[in-house]
Amino acid sequence: MLRLPGWPGHRAGQHVDVRLTAEDGYQAQRSYSLASAPEDELLMLTVERLDAGEVSPYLVDELAVGDRLELRGPIGGYFVWEAALGGPLLLLAGGSGIAPLWAILRHRAATGSDVPARLLYSSRSIEEVIYRGELAANADPTLMIDLTLTRSWPPDWDGRRGRVDDDVLREVAWTPDERPLVYACGPNGFVEQAADGLVRLGHDPQRIRTERFGPSG
Amino acid sequence: MSFVSRGFHGRRPPVDPARVPPGQYVEHGFPVLSAGPTPHTPLAEWSFTLRGVVDRPRSWSWPAFTALESQTVTVDIHCVTKWTKLDTLWEGVSLDLLLAGIETDARFVTAFCDGGYTTNLPLADLRDGRAWVAYRYDGEPLHPEHGGPARLLVPHLYFWKSAKWVRGLELTVEDRPGFWECNGYHDYGDPWKEQRYQGD
Repeated sequence: MLRLPGWPGHRAGQHVDVRLTAEDGYQAQRSYSLASAPEDELLMLTVERLDAGEVSPYLVDELAVGDRLELRGPIGGYFVWEAALGGPLLLLAGGSGIAPLWAILRHRAATGSDVPARLLYSSRSIEEVIYRGELAANADPTLMIDLTLTRSWPPDWDGRRGRVDDDVLREVAWTPDERPLVYACGPNGFVEQAADGLVRLGHDPQRIRTERFGPSG
Repeated sequence: MSFVSRGFHGRRPPVDPARVPPGQYVEHGFPVLSAGPTPHTPLAEWSFTLRGVVDRPRSWSWPAFTALESQTVTVDIHCVTKWTKLDTLWEGVSLDLLLAGIETDARFVTAFCDGGYTTNLPLADLRDGRAWVAYRYDGEPLHPEHGGPARLLVPHLYFWKSAKWVRGLELTVEDRPGFWECNGYHDYGDPWKEQRYQGD
């Protein structure tokens, strides 16, 4: 959580660049999605710690309350949602890809939007689910939240298990006739499988917006 | 403008500053970034077209295109999301060859693609051995996730200019901002000047 005097405001789904500077002037920078809504007082970044990373271990392990952080942004004008874009909304999150979708959901709630929304969130384990408490507390009848665990699950877990495949999408993703506006964010493998699946099921590729991260092949 | 980040030392992987532009880090994987689903256009339906302000449009089918003389190049690529990948191996057709003999007053091009993506470049940046339409990567047919069947390859600019799934170039007299250029990113995108976003 960051307090930013003079922050120009952002749109739900945008990201920022974080730049770190060492005492000798060495710098490293990376992009992180904003998880807070434009209406929130504090700016919220969601950072997944990558062991081999250069910036995320610092942000997770070292950065403390009171430290200053250099940000640039907001950045990006496509992976954003505003009430005027309508819906219904289908949000597909893989791991820390929940961050920009969380901003969209918070913005939707803050503006009192009645656009129906569904969130399908894929996580390796229950422990790695970000915003678990908030998700469990959802009382909005127009927001359906679905969780799938891909690697391990508690013994009493009665929710979905395994990766998002076409069968899951067929259940969750509205129908092509309902023309959902889709935002998919996560590791590339997750996004590729989900977006390809939606296109196979007959959804309009032009209504599927993706944001991908992580190295591959 | 920058200030010291308390307790930050950095991992400082050894990099060659002559090859890694400012603000970039070296990535050994090949990250995939795109704004929508991956198109899968059958090769029988594929063509590459030059149109717009040209004496006459030109178009190549997949067999005709891949029969053109190709070049194999090893280049460094720089993504605006901060990763740089060194020594990437591509095979494709030089834009010098594709543009040879074209009479035009155009000074810019818009690359157009399956899936609706566009990006704009000065025509001059596609000449003099600096740009290709690539259809093989690392000795294999270019994977759809990385822009196959064919993508633009303009390694001296940030990699969003190297449009995936490219289907042709529209030559224009005026500069027309493309997809990311309309969404906050720099019009030209020189990684050595760190032209990432509008205003850089």
